[in-house]
Parts: sequence; structure tokens; C-alpha cells
Amino acid sequence: MKDLLIFERSVPGHRGYALPVYDGPKKKLVEMVPQELLRERGADLPEVSEVDVVRHYTRLSQLNFSVDTHFYPLGSCTMKYNPKVNDQMASLAGFANLHPYQPASTTQGMLQLLAELEQMLCAITGMDAFTLQPAAGAHGELTGLLLVRAYHTQRGNPRKKVIVPDSAHGTNPSSARMAGYEVVTIPSAANGEVDFEAFRAALDDQVAAVMLTNPSTHGIFETRILDIARLAHEKGALLYYDGANLNALLGLARPGDMGFDVVHLNPHKTFSTPHGGGGPGAGPVGVKGALAPYLPAPRIVKHVNAGAANAPRPAHHEPAFALDYDRPLSIGRMRTFYGNVGILVRAHTYIRAHGAEGLRRVSRGAIINANYVKAKLRDLYDDPFPQPCMHEVVLSARRQKKQGAGARDIAKRLLDFGFHAPTVYFPLTVPEALMIEPTETESQRTLDRFIAVMRQIAEEIERDAAMLRRAPFTMPVKRVDEVKAARDLDVNYGKRNA
Amino acid sequence: MNIPTDLKYAETHEWARVGKAKDKDIVTVGVSDYAQEELTDIVYVDLPKLGDTVEVGADCAVVESVKAASDIYAPVSGKVVEINAAIVDNPALVNEDPYGKGWFFKIKMSDPAELDDLMSDSDYEEHLAEAEGEDEDEDEK
Amino acid sequence: MDYIPNTDADFDAMLREIGARDFDALIAEIPPALRQSQFELPPALSEPELQRELKSLAARNRSLDQLLSFIGAGAYEHFVPSVIDHLASRGEFYTAYTPYQAEASQGTLQVLYEYQTMICRLTGMDVSNASLYDGGSAVGESAFLALGAQPRRRKLLVSSAVHPEYRQILRTCLAGLGVQIVELPTVDGVTDLDALAAKVDDVTAAVILQSPNFFGCIEPMQRAGELIEPSGAWFVACVNPISLGALKPPGEYGADLALGEGQPLGIPLSFGGPYVGFLTSSQRLVHKISGRIVGRSVDADGGRAFCLTLQAREQHIRREKATSNICTNQSLMALRASIFMAVLGKAGMRELAELNLLRSHQAADAITALPGFALKWPRTPFFNEFVVTCPVPARTVCSRLEREGILAGVPLSRFFPQMERELLVCVTEVKLSSDIERLADALRRATEHHELPISHR
Repeated sequence: MKDLLIFERSVPGHRGYALPVYDGPKKKLVEMVPQELLRERGADLPEVSEVDVVRHYTRLSQLNFSVDTHFYPLGSCTMKYNPKVNDQMASLAGFANLHPYQPASTTQGMLQLLAELEQMLCAITGMDAFTLQPAAGAHGELTGLLLVRAYHTQRGNPRKKVIVPDSAHGTNPSSARMAGYEVVTIPSAANGEVDFEAFRAALDDQVAAVMLTNPSTHGIFETRILDIARLAHEKGALLYYDGANLNALLGLARPGDMGFDVVHLNPHKTFSTPHGGGGPGAGPVGVKGALAPYLPAPRIVKHVNAGAANAPRPAHHEPAFALDYDRPLSIGRMRTFYGNVGILVRAHTYIRAHGAEGLRRVSRGAIINANYVKAKLRDLYDDPFPQPCMHEVVLSARRQKKQGAGARDIAKRLLDFGFHAPTVYFPLTVPEALMIEPTETESQRTLDRFIAVMRQIAEEIERDAAMLRRAPFTMPVKRVDEVKAARDLDVNYGKRNA
Repeated sequence: MNIPTDLKYAETHEWARVGKAKDKDIVTVGVSDYAQEELTDIVYVDLPKLGDTVEVGADCAVVESVKAASDIYAPVSGKVVEINAAIVDNPALVNEDPYGKGWFFKIKMSDPAELDDLMSDSDYEEHLAEAEGEDEDEDEK
Repeated sequence: MDYIPNTDADFDAMLREIGARDFDALIAEIPPALRQSQFELPPALSEPELQRELKSLAARNRSLDQLLSFIGAGAYEHFVPSVIDHLASRGEFYTAYTPYQAEASQGTLQVLYEYQTMICRLTGMDVSNASLYDGGSAVGESAFLALGAQPRRRKLLVSSAVHPEYRQILRTCLAGLGVQIVELPTVDGVTDLDALAAKVDDVTAAVILQSPNFFGCIEPMQRAGELIEPSGAWFVACVNPISLGALKPPGEYGADLALGEGQPLGIPLSFGGPYVGFLTSSQRLVHKISGRIVGRSVDADGGRAFCLTLQAREQHIRREKATSNICTNQSLMALRASIFMAVLGKAGMRELAELNLLRSHQAADAITALPGFALKWPRTPFFNEFVVTCPVPARTVCSRLEREGILAGVPLSRFFPQMERELLVCVTEVKLSSDIERLADALRRATEHHELPISHR
């Protein structure tokens, strides 16, 4: 039998909960809330026992590929192993069972942890201050661009445009638009780097920011980054760093030293917090000093006297760490409370485990692993950018497409061998793109198996491309009809949405 | 590739059919066979509102496939006087019959001279050949 | 401590296969000037040291396991069934990515389809996305959507009884769009409908109300909807999902978008996050809402199968023309919310909502029986939170009770300087009669020697 929906497991009267019995003075519902504000019919939620719930969700989990079960070389997503100690620490009651509005006197350990994380992120990136408030990378982008807007506005003119390379993640142009900017897209040069002349031509005094990902989504380092920064700054534009690919540069080079003024990071990539099937992540944003006054409020502050050796000890009720809401130039607030704290605890734990030298080893491992895959596959798959790659390699299945099966088919076929697919059809600048990011947490042995399968698939396409177009064969479902899903829209069980 | 000879074409792959007799200032607009094939299976169409005024070259409709979205640009300026609700209910019509049942909307032209800026079928065919050539170049990089 | 399986010898062998002299040869593209910078981090820790370090930080907090808390104000202490932690921490859910490869992600996809359905059934709306970041950013998102879909409407009305942080997010994230944001005043703790009627017009993109609102008061949403409807503006209802077990859902009072904070549905407080924002719409706006959406389809054999759908709205395809920039969402939290709703089910969600009502009213009765305490708006119905006026500044009350390990609530002067004596108290199903007695007793002792102002004698 097919896997049931939770609604199909529902049996009237079954229940999986027990709530405390109300023992206070009796009161009727309508004595508390007028009848016209009350719901007439209960929400039609499933009625299932606890064991049914456990079996249902356990069974569903088994239908997934995940880092814990499979090699997951999804490019641009940094699907590295997620150390379990991080999760265990984040679930300590002293972190997980804190209300965001508790008095600061009862949350000193948490505030200290967050303040330490801000400092460590500053050190890693070469920035001067960090906000931990944004909830995801794209949210960080919007935050960063609003900081850019506030900075320019303070100088008399918010400016009109944001420059974005054609290889950028779609979130970049989208965030720029949400921040009220017109997007100027510049092309990539043949070597995969930003087309420097096109960049120079697009740059004028109405450009508020230049958004770059470095290494870019082509997996290669922007060698002219210092020139780009200099030119941008000469025109008064700020340089924005999309931190999606920071896993390539830990301890090797810092965005702050490259000239970036604003960066956002993705702890769910670089610092190994689990992706959770699409989130939660976090999107800390770091800035150079000139932008720090605009950061979202509140800021975590440490009372000046608290740590000094010969200063008077703070009184019992005067905590060392506090939340400062009095930030007159702040852009305001991007998210309720202080951000995705549970994720930030994990990032803190991860960085503490590694130290500076450990983080350097992370990027070294990621770069060697990616170049190894590249070296072992470049004879069978097109390699559009011949220079060494950084933490990920972008290949093209153009040759295979001509033989009758493209990147999508290769992605599906890989699943049959127990490998998650690379990112396909992104970046948009490379036809039939296969974007492979092995990460540092995979062994040579795993990579060798993956390489062997990729080579076998290339041979299969030569022999029988039609078979590839039907893959996968061994998954819980065969190839899913996405056209039908969109045309006969059904996103709410029992209700037709088309 | 089907490119009817009685239509005018825009570089952005819309076609325009000029009405006859009393409808000679009414232009029916759709997307070319090439465009529907490039877009692949169309799953959603968003049309302009009846009575909207559109400028030549302005985006006034959207088509979506599973993996792409494209704007549809007005080939001439004027007022939208009729829209094809059938393709909203059944977007597959655009794939199945791009020059017939898959039409998008009709514009009452404000400046018929704009028609002269559109391509003939032979010019459009040439335009497609050039575009293909460029794609090849792109592929070589 | 690192998590890198390859040894240095492995890496050396791999470098030889690559044809690189050494690692530096692979990063020769990085300008040497950039490679000079050194930075310091605290030294690396082994796992036992790491555990000790983090546990000692955690121990410097006082969790709600150690305190008796009546703080709500947007983050709520509710019962979290044990099965949620157990199931949501399964690695197959926990360490998967966004389900782009449908065939390898049917578990996550089915969970999200079921989540969407449950949220729709709870709110009475037609369509739900697969989650946003939190309640506050969901409010901001609704404004982007309403403004994007109606380019000629450049005004937003928002009730001043909407959570202050949500309103702040709204102002912050719309800063670049040149939009007029008008706040509606309140009367008796709820939105002034006369002001709403006077200000809503044909350039208003959306009217944003919250019910129960920040003060815990239940808004007259039905009448508000009737006033908004003729203007053509979107009616955006921000709701507490737990309250919908008992209160009329947005789908029954004509909301165009219904959204809110999903944290009460089985998500730990965790000092404010990660939480989950839900976003639903009426059928009319199915192509206008943002975020991932999972659809039901069939596979090549004709069997039931799920996949992401309507992706052409999203940033990875439409870039600067996307409805939103959202990419990473809060799927794991949506999973937790789903399990919560499945465990409680139809009867449990009603029972839970009623228990919240009963306990908060029990506490309100106990507190207002104390000398000098009164409900701020005694005629206005509330859900699981209410505002009491204290005989002394609410901050004083709170700091006195904190010494006894009781967090009495949120002093409203934190957000509204003129509300010096007002205290926002939250009581959910996790509080027992004995907890309420303890709170009332502590409040009495904390204020009994106080000379009452004339107006409260």
C-alpha cells in the first residue's frame, strides 16, 4: 500500500494527547468570549493515536535522502556533516527554554554566547561588527542592502542602483529590488569571473552597492577583487559580500580585507548547522565600522566596567551583558527578538570546536575535495573554467545533452546509486550545469565511488540515453510530473486549487 | 517550426494579427511556435486587465513553465479590448495551438504606424536563425 | 576537533592525482596580499571540553524550568509533546536540504503538503505556503505582496495593537519602497473601527490587524473585514494558531491573507528563535503569495507523488521580478508544527484553546481580586493574555517577583512609555491552579504595603 496521508490515518475519537484537567472555578465559554467571535465547527485536523503519529513520521523520514544517510554534493548549499554535539548543546534547557523577554539578569550566559559569536564572526571575516538578527541568507541580504540604503541616505542620497553579476544567486537581485533598488546585471567573462570592463562601464555615482559572491557561483575566485573594490569605492559605492561560498575561504582570505563593506553569512552552510529540509538557517550580517551605527536594534552590549580587573564588581542586579535598544541611527528591526538563536548556538559550538587552525583545515579540505572531483571527471564532462576551482566545481553536461540526456537526467540517475544530485541548471550562465560541492567532510573513498558512478552514467548516456530519461528507478516514486502539479494545482488536501 | 506568413512578429517572440474591415485597428497578440517550444509546458498565464492601456514594448502579461517565467511585451500601443480567458483555465492551449486557440489578448491600436516596426515572417525566421547562432557561441565559451 | 575524514596523507595523494604541487598551487588565484592576514579565535576544543564550556554558559541562564513565567508577548510557553523532539530530530528530516529532487525528498514534501493542509484547515483559508521565518517577518512579507500585486496602491494601514516588533519590522523592511504606513489607534484595547473606516481607501494596499492582538484582546475582525472589503484593500489577519481552536478563523471573516507566529505549535522558546511564520491566502491570491509551496501530483507510474510547485514565482527563476527573495525557510519548524497539530488533532486543538481561555481568566480573576489591581479593559474579551493595571509601576512589581523566581509578565512601559503601571500577563495550559495561586500571593505581598493612589482606593 502507498504511504498514507496523516488525514487518511485519522479515525474519529482517536487521540494522541492528554491535557491537564481544569480544576478552577467553572466558567462557560460564552462568559469569556461572545458567541459571534467563536468558531462553530472544529478545525478538521487528523485524529490519531501517538503510536500512529510516530509510525507516520518515522516512515516519511525514511523516504528522504539526507546528509546523515547519503552523500549530498548539492552545489552552493554546503551540505557538510552536522556534528551532533552542536544539536545536543543547543537543546540544553539553559538555552532552549529561555523566553526572549526574560530579564537580562537571567540570560547572561546566552548573551555572552551571542556576543562571543559576534566577535568570532568579526575575526573570521575581517569585519568590525555583526548583527545576528536575520533569519536566513536572503533575509541577511535584505538587511545588508537596507544598511547600504541607510548609509547613503545619511550622506544625502540613497542612490538608485545595485550591480549584480549574472552568475549571482537569484536572491541578490530580488533582495535589491525589495530594498528599493534598480538591478543592473553585468555579464561574466569567458574565464567565469566578472566581466571587468562591463563592471567598469556599469559603475557610476548612482550605484549604491556592488553585490559579489566570492568565490563566485562558478566556484572560482574573483582575481580582480581588489581592483573591483577600489573602483567601487572611488565612486562611493559599497561592496556587498554574499557569504554563500565562505566555506572556501576560512582562514585563507577575509572579505573584510578584500574591501567588502557588508557581508552576510550562512551558518547553515559554512558553520554546519543542519538544513532541516529547507530551514531554519540564519543570516548574520557583518559591517565595517562606518555602517555599524545602522545595524538593527537591539545590540548586545557589555557594560564597560564589568570585565576590568580593578573595576568595582557590578551589583547583583546589574548584569554585565545587556540589550541596547537606544540606537538612533539603526535601520530598525528585521525579525522579532534576536534571530534564530538555536541555530546561532550551534554555529558558536562549531567554531569553538575548530579554532582558527581547524577552520583553515575545513576550507583546505573542501578545496582539495572539489578539485579532486574536477580532475577525475573533466575528461567526460565539459569543464567550462579550466583554472583550479575553490570549494565547488561547475561542470556542464552539454555533451551528454546532445547525446539525449541532460543534467536533469544525470541528477535523477545518481539517486539510483545512492547519491544525492548536484545542483543542476544553476548557475544560469553555464548550460546544463552540474554544480558539485563535495565539502570537506567526505572521504576520498566516498568521492571515488561518486566519481565512478558519474563516469558510468556518462557511458550509459552514450549507450542508452532514453533509459536515463526515465530515471530514477529505485526511489520511493518514479519521476514526478511537475507540469501536472502546476497545472492541476493541489496544495491543500481535499480542496482543488487550480 | 511553424511561422505563419500572414502575421507580424516582435523580437521578443510575440506575433500580431491585424483585423479585417471594421476591425482593422484591432490587433490579436500571441506567442510564436518557437517561443512556446522554448518555454516548454506552460502551466500559468497572467493576462492584462480588460481596458488596460499598454505602451509598445511594455510587459503586460506573464507566462510560466515549471522552470521558467517570461514576460509578454505589447507589440503595439493601445487599449486591451479582449482577453483570452481560455488560456488562463487551460494554459496548455498555448503549447497546442499558439496561433489559434492559444492567443493572449486583443489591442485596439492607438498608432497603427507601429506595425511597421514589427518583423515579417521571413525577417522573423532570419532573426531566429541568428539567435540560435548566438546560443551556439555562448555554448563555446 | 574537526570532522574531516581524510588524513594529510590522503590529501597529499589527492593533490598528486589532481596534478597540483601542493595545496597552495590550488589557491594561487587568491592575491598574496589577501593571504597575509592573521586572526585569532579562542583555541580549538575537544568534545568533552566543548560540552563543559557550553554547559557552563547554559548554566549561567535561568531557564523556565527554574522560573515560574507569565511572559508571553509574542512567544508562548506551551506544552511540547515528547514525540516532536523525537521525530523532528531524525537525521533524515534534520539534515536534508530543500526538496529540489522530489524523488529523493518525498518525506519532507509530504510533511509540508500535510502542514499546508493543516494550516489551511486551522485558519479556514484555501492556500498555505510551506513556511516563512517568523510571525513578524510574515507581516513584513504580506506588505511586500500586497504592494507588489497592486502597484497603484501605496498606503498600508496597520493597527497600533499589532505587536510593536511586527510594526517595527514593517517600517524597517519597507524603508526603500516609499510607502505610507498609517497606524490605527485603539479604543478599549482593540482597533478603533471608526478610524479604520475613515482611513481605508482606494490607494490602501492592505489593512493589517492582529487578533488576539498584542494586548491579548480579541479584535472585531468580522466588522473590520466588512469595512475593508468595499475599498478593495487586502485584509491581512495576523492570528495566534492556538486561539483558532476556539475562535472564529480568518477564512470565515473574509481575510485575504492570514498569517502569524507558529511558535506556539510545538516549538521551544529558545530565546526567540528559530520559530516559524505561517502564510495563507484565499484562492484568488494563490499565485501572489510567496515562499515554497508543495503540490500533489503523480509519478511516471501514475502513483501519488509530491513536488515543489509554482516555482516560477520564486527568486531562483524570476530574480528581480520575484514575489519575494525568500529561499531558506523554516521547514523543520513546520514539521514540528505539523506533528503538534497531528498529536492534538481536532478535539485537542479545541480543548487546548479552551484551557488557555479558562486558565487566563482564572488568573485574571485572581489578580483583579487583589487590592489595587484591575483589568485595563474589563469589557474587552481576551484569549490567553491580558493587561492589568498595577498599584505600583509594573517594572517594580516584576523585579520584586523576580527575586522569588517568578516572572510576572511584561511591563508595557517597555513598548509604551505612558503605560507605566500596565502589566501584560500570559497564562497558558501549562500553568496549574497552584501556579496561579503562587502568582497572586506574590503580587499581593509585593504590593501590600504600598500606599495606593487615590484613584485605586
